[in-house]
Amino acid sequence: MHLKLRNASVALGLLLLSACSSVQPWVKPYERDRLADPVMAWDRDALSSAFLDHVYESREGSRGGTGAAGGGCGCN
Amino acid sequence: MRTSSLKLIQRGVLAAILGGSSVLAAAGDTSGPAPAFTLTDLAGNSEALSQFKGQVVMVNFWATWCGPCQQEMPLLDQMYRKFKPAGFTLIGVNVDKDAPPVKDLLARKPVSFPVLLDPNNAVSKSYHVDEMPSSVIIDRQGNVRYVHRGYKPGDENEYQDRIRQLIRE
Amino acid sequence: MMSPAVLSKLATLVALAGLFLGRPAAADVLPDNRADLFYSKYSGGGMDISTYTASAHVNATENIGLDYSYLVDKVSGASVDVLSNASVIKDERKQNSINATWIHDKTTYTIGYSNSKERDYISNTPHFSLSQAMFGDLTTITLGFSRSRDGVGDNGGTANNPKVTWVGHAESREYDLGISQILTRNLIAGLTFDVITDDGYLANPYRFVRYYSNSGLGYDQGSQVYPDTRTSTAIEGRLKYYLPYRAAITGVYRYYRDTWGIIGDTVEIDYTHPVRNKWIFEGRVRYYKQSHANFYADIFPYADAQNFEGRDKDLASSENITIGAKATYAWLPDGWKVFKRSTVTADISQVRFKYLDFRDIKDYNDTPAGGDYAAGTEPLYHFNAMIYQLYLSAFF
Repeated sequence: MHLKLRNASVALGLLLLSACSSVQPWVKPYERDRLADPVMAWDRDALSSAFLDHVYESREGSRGGTGAAGGGCGCN
Repeated sequence: MRTSSLKLIQRGVLAAILGGSSVLAAAGDTSGPAPAFTLTDLAGNSEALSQFKGQVVMVNFWATWCGPCQQEMPLLDQMYRKFKPAGFTLIGVNVDKDAPPVKDLLARKPVSFPVLLDPNNAVSKSYHVDEMPSSVIIDRQGNVRYVHRGYKPGDENEYQDRIRQLIRE
Repeated sequence: MMSPAVLSKLATLVALAGLFLGRPAAADVLPDNRADLFYSKYSGGGMDISTYTASAHVNATENIGLDYSYLVDKVSGASVDVLSNASVIKDERKQNSINATWIHDKTTYTIGYSNSKERDYISNTPHFSLSQAMFGDLTTITLGFSRSRDGVGDNGGTANNPKVTWVGHAESREYDLGISQILTRNLIAGLTFDVITDDGYLANPYRFVRYYSNSGLGYDQGSQVYPDTRTSTAIEGRLKYYLPYRAAITGVYRYYRDTWGIIGDTVEIDYTHPVRNKWIFEGRVRYYKQSHANFYADIFPYADAQNFEGRDKDLASSENITIGAKATYAWLPDGWKVFKRSTVTADISQVRFKYLDFRDIKDYNDTPAGGDYAAGTEPLYHFNAMIYQLYLSAFF
């Protein structure tokens, strides 16, 4: 019973997820002008951010977790 | 136990097919009459798509902030001048919200084909533009025959093949 | 016949493959070719560190990008951990890094390798990551993996006459998951989750522990004993919002915890303000707080009181606050010949460090006669550091 429910919900989840691949983006590519502006880049100067991350990591007990995955102007 | 596993496989395959079906949508062979539009150019003159009926028309959606669009422009210009005598028109529909950056860009890198402005994106919506840049090729009867999403170097050959094909019709 | 568990995993894989294969089309774009010359100076806590970096990014083809950077750190000074006779530290670290990126449809693959070398520490790190744009490019998911192999040494000589003994190796593995999401025309969000596991020689060979004793100072020194494994998890969320008059504001929060008992919280706010096509100004404020490692103590009750003992201030309960400002000037905003744009940037930050359970024995209790403070009551350590950065960037 427990297994059937889990299998069914996994399958449903997958189905919904696949349906999502045809979900229309709610921010159209022609509306991404602001996101393409350099001020909206997560990291304009990677050398400087890497340097500051190193300064903190070598003096603090924490490490990792920094950085963002991507973005894009919606071009191509 | 076994039946539910089989069902799971079936659903997985179904999901793959559903995901895969969007391949056909993207491939580019769409049909139907091209949505009509009337837009103004930078000088303020009004132009309508219907003016070009009888010619093969390529509508290219671009923006000043879109890198691949800039890459494409000189090649589109070359293509326009090459095929114009054979009854071809290229219309650049710009989707920027403001006109000044468009003016600046075209002053520095001019093109010979008409550039119309779609600042409130009504035309982009009616053409279901979902990637930048997008090019829509319309035949002499006013029907959409080919949609190309994005731009990568070499795509201009694809454009030229399609245009030649439609000019011959 | 396969087990139900394997079958369901297979079904998942097939479905996911369907998602990824469903939408072939060109994807994200490589950044412009770029070269940077970078200089920075860190000054604080008795240490002076100058860093020089040269780096370049070149697009070999429309889909393949290559990166190379060369960095030199020159360290000198005498930090609070290095008492009396141990003298001034003077060292140089050299680091080479290379990276290759390949964009294919909606997927970006990156591989890289980094090597860092100094007299008493060597580190080699290969890494790999994969980035996938989905849902009309509104979402980008990134998976990354990197692995480090370090050699740890102990310089028993002096700064000018070094004598390094290699004391151990450390190996580190890092797994990253990142999600970047476009929420509205003006708002983007990012979430990063990573797990790092280390094993081997994880201590700093130059540190020592202390414990109460009957000596003139009130304490005696002992060797640190660190666990030989450490696993940490960090989760960071960020939001960036476009302000209507053309500016951006970013908020970041990171939560960190590890098997050594350290819990760290980081909050940062950045503000970016461009002026036409020529200037970009930025301001940042960052606050960090951590709780100490479970085997850390400023002073232990007696020798070998615990299985694991450490007194490195990096493991202590502490907090720090940073205020920084940055100005970028595009002296070549619209290009000249092969250059599309060139900028010069100056960045200044002040970091105020405050330790809640690490005491300053170097200034207050390290001479044989003892200081004015009984062992364990010396003032808590605190210091300010200034960080200056200056760099030239050219885009072509």
